[in-house]
Amino acid sequence: MASPHSNTVPPNADGDDADRAGATSAHSAAVDVLLEVRDLHVAFGRHAVLRGLNLVVPRGQTLAVIGESGCGKSVLLKTMIGLIRPTQGQVCFDGRDLAGMSERQLTSTRVRYGYVFQQAALFDSMTVGQNVAFPLRQHSDRSDEEIEQRVLSRLAQVGLPASVAPKKPAELSGGMRKRVGLARALALDPELVLYDEPTTGLDPIMSDVINELIMRTRLSYPVTSIVVTHDMHTARKVADRVVMLYPLARLAEDEPQIIFDGPPSELDRSGDRRVSQFVKGEAGERISELRGA
Amino acid sequence: MANSASPSARKTAPNPAAVPQTGSGHDWLADLGALIVDATSAIGGFAIFSGRTLAWLATRFPRGDTLWPNFYQVGVLSLPVVALTGTFIGMVLAVQSYAQFRALGLETRLGAVINMSLVRELGPVLAATMLAGRVGSAMSAELGTMRVTEQIDALASMGANPIQHLVVPRLLACLFMIPTLVIMADFMGVVGGYFYSVVILGIDQHHYWRNSEQFVGNFDLFSGVFKSLFFGATIALVGCYRGFHCAAGAEGVGRAATAAFVISFVLILLLDLLLGIMLEALYAYIWPEGAKLF
Ligand SMILES: Nc1ncnc2c1ncn2[C@@H]1O[C@H](COP(=O)(O)OP(=O)(O)O)[C@@H](O)[C@H]1O
Ligand SMILES: [Mg+2]
Repeated sequence: MASPHSNTVPPNADGDDADRAGATSAHSAAVDVLLEVRDLHVAFGRHAVLRGLNLVVPRGQTLAVIGESGCGKSVLLKTMIGLIRPTQGQVCFDGRDLAGMSERQLTSTRVRYGYVFQQAALFDSMTVGQNVAFPLRQHSDRSDEEIEQRVLSRLAQVGLPASVAPKKPAELSGGMRKRVGLARALALDPELVLYDEPTTGLDPIMSDVINELIMRTRLSYPVTSIVVTHDMHTARKVADRVVMLYPLARLAEDEPQIIFDGPPSELDRSGDRRVSQFVKGEAGERISELRGA
Repeated sequence: MANSASPSARKTAPNPAAVPQTGSGHDWLADLGALIVDATSAIGGFAIFSGRTLAWLATRFPRGDTLWPNFYQVGVLSLPVVALTGTFIGMVLAVQSYAQFRALGLETRLGAVINMSLVRELGPVLAATMLAGRVGSAMSAELGTMRVTEQIDALASMGANPIQHLVVPRLLACLFMIPTLVIMADFMGVVGGYFYSVVILGIDQHHYWRNSEQFVGNFDLFSGVFKSLFFGATIALVGCYRGFHCAAGAEGVGRAATAAFVISFVLILLLDLLLGIMLEALYAYIWPEGAKLF
């Protein structure tokens, strides 16, 4: 289990997946846990979004979090990096609770994360090059030439030519912006990368390019990734484990919010109607809500 | 709060038991309660925000390359409009005061009145108002857009502190530039007042200046500039706070910008009153028999 990604294992080779997912839930003490979420509750005022989530993410795993819009996937990601404070429960990164950290400790912990935002969230007052250089300038004392070299190689990695570096983010297409966001998130070789809907709003070809980039990153070093998505194609292609969240508003008091946890190959075999409807993209009984009131 | 019977509802209805649970008096009370809770938490939030900004200001002074663009925005680009409005205010003061002072036969005192009002009150308040409108709302809109497009989250996720990166340089720019703007407004106001009084109304130049000199002292100039530092800090902190706590969407950004102006304007006038009282007391303490206008 030490480094499952040192060789080029296809991520959705079935047997491998089943073993790995089984290992995480059954013997979590034996594996090297990078991120652990314990009894997590998040609410905004009276509006509860997450309730009693438990999740153990071993080092090297690529976890896809799926679920319909508004079910709290982005909130979960932001809680995982400490941008949102849980109302109850803990988020532990490498064994340490984020809530117990001082500002300085949180800063040095966040350097070990990469966050790919849904709309890229590039600083629009800076050029593309300055955006990718930002984490490098912030956390390393490399010389300007070294930083420039690194920026260009990061951009090349995501398939962008050096000529985009002096442009402003507003001049780029959505797919290019997403890739710049990816290059920026990966600039410092993070241990954990959080992707918020990396393929949403992109054409099918660009979506596949992004999927490929997520997989390549994982093959190049033993990174742990959490990919929030509602794109089943992405979930099946890049993940070795899938977790499905369900909106709290549609659940009874005592029902768990995670309605599926397993390898992507199990998704089709799930007996839960809510899971199979999501996977197949069928509205089911939701149709009746259209005529409601 | 939800279950407490409203006294006003009981007074208007003959039978208390007949008052429906959701009567208008009840809603009114609940709304007031919610408003008080919101206002308290907003004031608390603003205080914490300001405290953290000052703490960051004390720990690490920002780098020049993040400061200069803000200084340019706040200082250089505001100068023309402050100079222009200053000139007009000086002239308007001359127009408005002339008739009354002539009726008393005190035309030459006009210089003292115009210049005193300018240096003490109108220069600082005018410069602050222009700054709140030009810079405060722009800060709030810019940071609000950054909040809505998750750029502030991105900053934090890369281990950079958003307050240190975004708020501290803006606060410093306002603090350092507002005295310059006040002096510019004072100067142009004095020029405008002089122009209208002496050149247009034909008041004796020599006495106009002698009266000004006699009544307007260094303390008046100092008190104007001193107050303006508080105005500048208010503009930057309110603008940034509203931007940081911007509601989602284009509407949220627009509302943040408007609110930033309205709130800082009200606070500027409130501070002007409080600081005015304080400075008056200070003046009376230092110079017990100081010169007064009349
Ligand atoms: N900062 C916030 N303040 C209040 N409510 C929020 C905030 N962020 C998210 N929410 C609410 O949390 C719910 C989940 O949002 P989100 O995590 O963005 O959903 P998604 O699964 O589509 O990413 C939504 O109902 C949203 O309105
Ligand atoms: Mg989302």
